[in-house]
Amino acid sequence: MQPVTPPQPQHDPAPSRFSYRLNRWMLTPFYRRALRTGVPALVMLGTVIWYVSDEARVNQITDTAREARQAIEERPEFMVKVMSVEGASPELAEAVRSDLALRLPMSSFEMDLDAMRLKVEAFNAVASANLRIRSGGVLAVEITERQPAVLWRSADGLSLLDAGGHMVAGASLRADWPDLPVIAGPGAEMVVPEALELIAAAAPLKSRLRGLVRMGERRWDVVLDRGQRLLLPEDQPVGALERLIALDTGRDMLQRDITVVDFRNPRRPTVRLNNNAIHELQTIRDIESGDLAR
Amino acid sequence: MTELYQTQRSMRRMRKQAMDRGVIAILDVGTSKIGCLVLRFDGSEKFLGADGVGSLAGQSSFRVIGAATTRSRGVTFGEIDAMQETERAIRTAVQAAQKMANVRVDHVIACFAGARPRSYGLDGQTELAESIVTENDVARVLAACDVPDYGREREVLHAQPVNFAIDHRSGLSDPRGQMGNSLAVDMHLLTVDSSAVQNLLYCIKRCDLELAGLASSSYVSGISALVEDEQELGAACIDLGGGATGVSIFIKKHMIFSDSVRIGGDHITQDISKGLKVPLNVAERIKTFYGGVMATGIDDREMIEIGGDTGDWELDRRTVSRAELIGIMRPRVEEILEEVRVRLDGAGFDQLPAQQIVLTGGGSQIPGLDGLASRILGQQVRLGRPLRVQGLPQAATGPAFSSAVGLCLFAAHPQDEWWDFDVPADRYPARSLKRAVKWFRDNW
Repeated sequence: MQPVTPPQPQHDPAPSRFSYRLNRWMLTPFYRRALRTGVPALVMLGTVIWYVSDEARVNQITDTAREARQAIEERPEFMVKVMSVEGASPELAEAVRSDLALRLPMSSFEMDLDAMRLKVEAFNAVASANLRIRSGGVLAVEITERQPAVLWRSADGLSLLDAGGHMVAGASLRADWPDLPVIAGPGAEMVVPEALELIAAAAPLKSRLRGLVRMGERRWDVVLDRGQRLLLPEDQPVGALERLIALDTGRDMLQRDITVVDFRNPRRPTVRLNNNAIHELQTIRDIESGDLAR
Repeated sequence: MTELYQTQRSMRRMRKQAMDRGVIAILDVGTSKIGCLVLRFDGSEKFLGADGVGSLAGQSSFRVIGAATTRSRGVTFGEIDAMQETERAIRTAVQAAQKMANVRVDHVIACFAGARPRSYGLDGQTELAESIVTENDVARVLAACDVPDYGREREVLHAQPVNFAIDHRSGLSDPRGQMGNSLAVDMHLLTVDSSAVQNLLYCIKRCDLELAGLASSSYVSGISALVEDEQELGAACIDLGGGATGVSIFIKKHMIFSDSVRIGGDHITQDISKGLKVPLNVAERIKTFYGGVMATGIDDREMIEIGGDTGDWELDRRTVSRAELIGIMRPRVEEILEEVRVRLDGAGFDQLPAQQIVLTGGGSQIPGLDGLASRILGQQVRLGRPLRVQGLPQAATGPAFSSAVGLCLFAAHPQDEWWDFDVPADRYPARSLKRAVKWFRDNW
């Protein structure tokens, strides 16, 4: 009989049980994928973690990155050398410059144009601003100024408002702005557009117009010279004013000795006369009735 | 019988799992070579031709993606006799096929030639419960077959219903849905030695593989080597293997008889080795290069260098004429064919309407074999090569691979066997539930 465990031949083409199993194991899709992607990923992750675990190396990396970034940012192509402010009065331009306080030359990467625009638009006199960096290293600030439309007299003094009722600047003297109408009264600054409409409607009275007064935060009084007041209604004041002006042009009403024309009820306009005028009227009526003796 | 039924059913389940996964391996355990093919199933529509008709009429729902053969070790007469050696050979083949397919296979369908197959013809009859035949009736009639006493050491390998008859109409291939009073069935039962099957199961289990099916080699080589009308009209397939020669008879596309002769090509090699006093590997080389069975005049003058490595000049310079070689081979081939003839006669092959005989297997490549076979077996003899299947390498298309290819077809389209039908309800030991349901239905 041959030995129970025969001597192994020199070359056995059959795989051993272990290598057969290993081979099958490697053919299993899950392990194959794990070996093909998982193991390299793990190795790379491990290397990165090992490298990062030393602070000096991390610092070195960040320093190098920062230097490279700085070198790019400070190239002359990206430097802003000049700032030009356009569309603003010289005082406003000066104020904008001092407010932005840029230390030129400066890299355009360091500029936050949005924040700067908000800063410029915070000025009362600025309606809108547009900032951009032009070629040649110029920071162009294009400003649209607010145009003063009325003078507003309040408890704090005179100030300039634009057509939307927005504060433009303060004013010291009425005489500095002779061509602007004056509005006053509490709440007048809220309804500047209506006031401007009234002023436009009151163009025939322009020479006599002193200003508008807001009464009780609901209606307007037109103040003329010689202490005359035109009391306008709450709704449709422009129409009422136009009718009043028509009365004036037809009858010369405002030339007469009248203190107040009350148009608050447009169906029933009322006038108030001066004391002298009342006496005169009384006298005339007495004469007509023949009661002159009294 | 129920145990076998359960194991076969579990193998069918395995096969279904493998189909779902899409990859299955074919293992042909032969005496001279072990072949392993890896099949991929992707559904038949994937391999449609340009005209919308699948190649091989839709048979090729699979594709061979890996193929490997290795010299068989530890197998004699188609049976395993040295398990460690066979296990190694199976590992070699499986690993090489896996490497070619680049996919891991877990399920394997195996076939083997030996283990003394024996055929039984069974018949059973049952009255139909309703007038229409249902699946359940088929199961009942299959269970009603009286199983012969085939011995304790044997196991059923195939149990295929080959013919159904309703009342007096016979020759039905599928009785389901037809009307009648009684249903009869003819079943072909093939038993093999259980020890051979156990050895094969053990070897496959040692290779970490799950067995998804088991087939007789003569059956599957018949599937692949016989063309369709031969299977329909009646033919015998003779698979000349290394250690055993398988015989299978087909009619109406069913195998009705299978047997094996325990002589094969290896015995021819041994004869040459003994006759010419050369080592077995030299004898094998001489057989494959110069072998033949019909001597002609020129064969006397064709001298074959036998060669040798003994150092003895006289011994190493021997030559032999081809006629002498044929003189050694021919008696053995004749003996094989005579044995086959006896088996065929015993099975009543001469009663069949058509008596086509197809020779396949590695041994059928001997030149002149068809002439010799037609003298012994009858006039209608041809050499058969396996069906062409998708992706099979050129090296594996020869007749030696007809059982491997047939196993591929078997894996793709297994025939309905007894265990594919459910056990009829009245055969269940615990039938109370069904009866309770029936009682409930009858009384309410």
